[in-house]
Amino acid sequence: MRSVYLDHAATTPVHPEVIAAMLRYFNPLYGNASSVHSFGRDARMAIDNAREIVAKAMGAQPNEIFFTSGGTESDNIAIIGTALARQAKGRHIITTAIEHHAVLNACAYLEKQGFEVTYLPVDAYGLVNPSDVNAAIRPDTILISIGHANNEVGTIQPLAEIGAIAKAHKVLLHTDAVQSFGSIPVDVNDLQVDLLSLSGHKIYGPKGIGALYVRRGARPQAIQFGGGQERKLRPGTENVPGIVGLAKAVELAMQEREERNEHISRLRDKLIAGLLTVPEVTLNGHPEQRLPGNVNISVKYVEGESLILSLDLKGIAVSSGSACTSGSLDPSHVLTAMGLSHEEAHGSLRLTLGRDNTEADIDYVLEVFPEIVDRLRAMSPLYNKLDREE
Amino acid sequence: MSLYSQKVIDHFANPRNVGTMENPDGVGEVGNITCGDIMRIYIKVDENERISDIKFQTFGCGAAVATSSITTEMVKGMTLDEAMKVTNKDVADALDGLPPVKMHCSNLAAEALQAAIKDYRERVSDNS
Ligand SMILES: Cc1ncc(COP(=O)(O)O)c(C=O)c1O
Ligand code: FES
Repeated sequence: MRSVYLDHAATTPVHPEVIAAMLRYFNPLYGNASSVHSFGRDARMAIDNAREIVAKAMGAQPNEIFFTSGGTESDNIAIIGTALARQAKGRHIITTAIEHHAVLNACAYLEKQGFEVTYLPVDAYGLVNPSDVNAAIRPDTILISIGHANNEVGTIQPLAEIGAIAKAHKVLLHTDAVQSFGSIPVDVNDLQVDLLSLSGHKIYGPKGIGALYVRRGARPQAIQFGGGQERKLRPGTENVPGIVGLAKAVELAMQEREERNEHISRLRDKLIAGLLTVPEVTLNGHPEQRLPGNVNISVKYVEGESLILSLDLKGIAVSSGSACTSGSLDPSHVLTAMGLSHEEAHGSLRLTLGRDNTEADIDYVLEVFPEIVDRLRAMSPLYNKLDREE
Repeated sequence: MSLYSQKVIDHFANPRNVGTMENPDGVGEVGNITCGDIMRIYIKVDENERISDIKFQTFGCGAAVATSSITTEMVKGMTLDEAMKVTNKDVADALDGLPPVKMHCSNLAAEALQAAIKDYRERVSDNS
């Protein structure tokens, strides 16, 4: 059976050049970067080099980059660490209703500790209104955390505008750029962000490695304690193969970005056009301000998990914001914040494309999708075919 | 697809007794669109109070479809009293188990069936 992977927002395959770059750092270059001997020095050099590559890719200085275990940890250090470092100035944080759980649950933790959090709404496309950000800033606001691009619907926020507002009010701005970095241009000075999270496994790098950009003067307090690694902001023996792999992935993303996006967005447009020919299928998210690889649709009268399973039986891997896949009874907080009904959110499907997808993949999906929807609708008590034909 | 047993997948991919029924003797619908799960069961009952035919429609996850399907298969031919005793655990067991987060889906099928039987009994008593 054909196998088509359309879940690149969940994770990506590791690029062969990334694997090749990493291997030496398992063996023979397995040194601990803290060691004085040559093994240690080789590891240290690899980390220094990686830091330069990551910094350059976003217009930062190497000493502003801290390697972490991934997007989740970067978000936690940025949010909880900033709250701890700045609590004498105030205990108010602004974020949005559509953030990743790494941000939302870090904020929920802070609320339990007595911090106040404002969750800004979004419009029907998933966009935050910069003037809402402006209006929410108070004298005791210490941090704004707004994701650059949403992981479910791919909507890209007007971050530079928000950055200018944050700067004017002298409030720190953090962005979770896990979905955008490597895919669209991300420059910390253009965007005027102070803290930025990224992750390796969304950009054809390995899992369990990420980085946090920290603008000079915006250092969060550490939330983990140990040795002196990562200038004590993220102690623990460095994941040297991971760091090397992340840097290689970043380097490749910078070299190949335009070529990748041209390919991916062409396939995406074809996929969207084809999916929307099925009756009562609608596109979620913004028509233009959207990540090149993101497709998110609602399929009326059909539940998302049963769509995923049906597509999986045909070898197609996708995901959903349906309640049934989340293990709770609530459908996606992102889609409901955008004003979708529970039913629309429940019947949502996310298909995210990557550099490895082909035209034939899209043709195959468009061939099997209508049959699957027909079959599931025939099974659905919400869809009465006879009524429709009359 | 490691979440589900082979049997769940089989019933999901090839559901038994799916569809609607003309002139059913009883119809049961349970669930709530707010939490996403809706199940409707139609039954035909013969003169010996046995379920002679059964159909279902489900708006729900893979487990919801599979539990509906296997429930209809299990109770076809049973007397109404026997069918009333089928529990969600029986249904889950017949599918070689369900993941813990999916256990609530199996309540639906048993409840929809019981609602259909109740509907039938009300119709009968209204006519007598
Ligand atoms: C927007 C966003 N933030 C954070 C994360 C978490 O990153 P990681 O898996 O590296 O912890 C993800 C991915 O799951 C994501 O999509
Ligand atoms: S029907 Fe929603 S979890 Fe089973």
